[in-house]
Amino acid sequence: MTSRDTILAAVRANLPSPAPALPEIPLFERTAGSLLDEFQEALVRMGGKVVDERSGKNLDGFVRSLFPQARVICSATPEVEGTRALTCSASPTDLADVDVGIVRAAFGVAETGSIWLSEVELQVNALAYLAQHLVALLDPSDIVGNLHHAYRDPRFKTARYAVLVTGPSATADIEGVLIHGAQGVRSLTVLPLPRPIGAAGRSGA
Amino acid sequence: MRRIDHAEAASDFIAAKEHQAFHDRRLWDLRLKRDREAHGIPEWEELRSLASQIKEHTLSRLADYLEEFEARAKENGAQVHWARDASEHNQIVFDILSARRAKTLVKSKSMLTEECDMRPFLERRHIEVIETDLGERIQQLDDEPPSHIVVPAVHKLRGDVSTVFARTIGAEPGNEDIHYLAETQRRTTRPYFLNAEAGMTGANFAVAETGSFVVCTNEGNADLSANVPTLHIASIGIEKIIPKTEHLGVFIRLLSRSALGSPITQYTSHFRAPRDGGELHIVLVDNRRSERLGMRDFWYSLKCIRCGACMNTCPVYRRSGGLSYGATYSGPIGVIIDPTFNIRKYSNLPFASTLNGSCTNVCPVKINIHEQIYKWRQVIAERNQLPFVKKEMMRIAGKVLADPKLYRAAISATGLAIEHLPRFALYNWLNPWGRQREVPDAPQQSFRSWYIAHRNLS
Amino acid sequence: MKAGLFIPCYVDAFFPAVGIATLQLLERLGLEVVYPLDQTCCGQMMANSGSQKDAAGAEALFVENFKDFDHIITPSGSCAYHVREHLDAIPQTADAQKVRRNTYELVEFLHDVLKVQAFPWAEFPHKVGLHNSCTTLRKLRTAKASEIDEPFFSKPIDLLRKVRGIELVAPSRPDECCGFGGTFSIFEEPVSAKMGYDKVADHHDAGAEYIVSADMSCLMHQKGCAERLGLDIRFIHIAQILNGDRA
Repeated sequence: MTSRDTILAAVRANLPSPAPALPEIPLFERTAGSLLDEFQEALVRMGGKVVDERSGKNLDGFVRSLFPQARVICSATPEVEGTRALTCSASPTDLADVDVGIVRAAFGVAETGSIWLSEVELQVNALAYLAQHLVALLDPSDIVGNLHHAYRDPRFKTARYAVLVTGPSATADIEGVLIHGAQGVRSLTVLPLPRPIGAAGRSGA
Repeated sequence: MRRIDHAEAASDFIAAKEHQAFHDRRLWDLRLKRDREAHGIPEWEELRSLASQIKEHTLSRLADYLEEFEARAKENGAQVHWARDASEHNQIVFDILSARRAKTLVKSKSMLTEECDMRPFLERRHIEVIETDLGERIQQLDDEPPSHIVVPAVHKLRGDVSTVFARTIGAEPGNEDIHYLAETQRRTTRPYFLNAEAGMTGANFAVAETGSFVVCTNEGNADLSANVPTLHIASIGIEKIIPKTEHLGVFIRLLSRSALGSPITQYTSHFRAPRDGGELHIVLVDNRRSERLGMRDFWYSLKCIRCGACMNTCPVYRRSGGLSYGATYSGPIGVIIDPTFNIRKYSNLPFASTLNGSCTNVCPVKINIHEQIYKWRQVIAERNQLPFVKKEMMRIAGKVLADPKLYRAAISATGLAIEHLPRFALYNWLNPWGRQREVPDAPQQSFRSWYIAHRNLS
Repeated sequence: MKAGLFIPCYVDAFFPAVGIATLQLLERLGLEVVYPLDQTCCGQMMANSGSQKDAAGAEALFVENFKDFDHIITPSGSCAYHVREHLDAIPQTADAQKVRRNTYELVEFLHDVLKVQAFPWAEFPHKVGLHNSCTTLRKLRTAKASEIDEPFFSKPIDLLRKVRGIELVAPSRPDECCGFGGTFSIFEEPVSAKMGYDKVADHHDAGAEYIVSADMSCLMHQKGCAERLGLDIRFIHIAQILNGDRA
């Protein structure tokens, strides 16, 4: 018998009974105010920033103004050019010197202040972790209410890697003192900006 | 096999006043933060019930869900391995690493790998293992196990960390600035992420419907471990399975609120398939979980999502520290799991509890922890694992309290003893009560005597 | 209404005033109270140590003493809970089941059964810290536990509010266990004492002159700690305050 067979046989022999039914999961809708406001409040609580950039023009210049010391700016979205091109065939270690990474989030979650990214939005997954800072563009109409809504998104079933990012990398492992930039990015800045016309919308359509 | 003496270890912990006071305050603060989050969501108690039901359903059909998970994971291109016990787990991991000539492994926090004692196994076989979570790294460098499943170095103060880092990773001696210490760990760990051939994570949840698993961290170290090296190994206990993606809504909403009092961790990462050009290996581990599944009074412990809320609220844990339990799992959840690993060694642990029940109330999946602690005491007594003194004390008490005449004699003897014995006779090593407390006064008459005198027709 | 009175062994031996106050209070409220003379113990100590076979004798004796009462009242939350939920070292005869069903902790009984609205004889013009024992709080559920998200309620406070002059002051951690825990107080003495010290210091810092509880076992432990610490704070059972005992 393989280990697999042994384990499954042992589990089958020990199953508790009777088996309770699987419950229905409600959506726990709340009649809230603006989803963007709720999102912003939640993200700021988690150490992230939300910066308004109304015009949508010259995002490159705007990003540079946020990070004047940055030398290597690497964008996974065509909306920002950056200083270095990024393709999904790049090796993660090529990104070791990136100062600022830029992505467009697929959607956001108001309850927690999270943004959703997958290999589609990241091109190279490690971009969101090896960069010193991360900037994420988010269309306010792409914000859903809570995690129950988020988990009904069909892209969870197709993405190879999907992450809900909520603020910068953080730890409080030493005496409970909060540190931003534990192993990952030191800061996360979200720019609420509608998608350009013709770009993919919320459910990937 | 020596019994773990929790009380003695606790005594040492309490003696380090500054450390113990900080430890207690820090974890109580996490408990209060949890409360604020819990009271901030009107559906909190409903979420707990849903989570409990989902887990109980899944565990009752675990074999089917495991097969579903494996089938989907393989379709996704992951390789799935099965480990009956700790040593098989370690061997499987080693075989995967050595087949690819991997010499360095970066890993994120995984209690399962601690349980399997994986690191020494790999290190003896010349594989360098780097813990990347700050708290785990501190403990690794100090050659000490983690003391808490979420905040592994919570028992240390900044001076302790400074000493460890100065000794091991070239930090400036005497520099106790916490930002400096964290930055030092970030700076010295980063080359390992960039150069390691393999990365390892655990998993908080494994979704049967999609063959995916979820890893929740605040540091992003799991994402680095999984997304930089081309080989990703994930060790997952078989009890981590949940049926569907939508169930994650319930569990993710409960997990970080219970653990740290924040609505979600900074990173909630979902792994379904290997990256282009990468390899994903999943190791499903039993290690006595299937056995525990068959224990009618104790299988609810398998619902655990490893949030640590029970430890944060436990007044005993906060005053004794996780290391005093001598096991990977400490605090209330440890006390009900550890006896299944070794009943003799851990036979004292269910008595490191006042049965106050706070743990049960904070558990997001409604494990009846304090009731299981009570039941474990019965199992330990039945298997003759009570220490001699306690066993004798209960035997004698049982006889006296079953007999009205013996009882009355004992009451009056105690009263006389307290009234007449000199202080040194009452307060000495034979009387643990009196070490740090005064003994009650002996009143003039017992209640019974008063009753007979004032109410009863004798 | 007739009731059987169960007085735990440590109250019988060390704190008879609590038993006396309980009996007098129930009589004032119109009950005929009977104290079976051959009672000893509910069996809790042995059962909580896992020794069911050692608990059996005391449990059987308890049933024997109380089987003819429709109401059994005890000024001890832990004993009431043990009888109702854990009296299973003995065969579950009709008598045993009856006794289990009919056993009440004093506060429960006053609040839920008698629904007492006033204690005109009671006056206690002092600052008082209320200690809800873990058994009354989380198991008998006589008050809201801070972990649970539910509306506030407290049976002991409902009763104490009817006492003239009383001023309730809350410690910073009202629900944290005080560390008695039965034989825990002996076998895990270091942690037990530390928990007790923290508890009494917390009440003292909140300004309490008295700590009141429905469980004398907790108070016995806290009193021992406070006396060793030299803290100026006194201990009283809720039965005594409600019975009109003065300071």
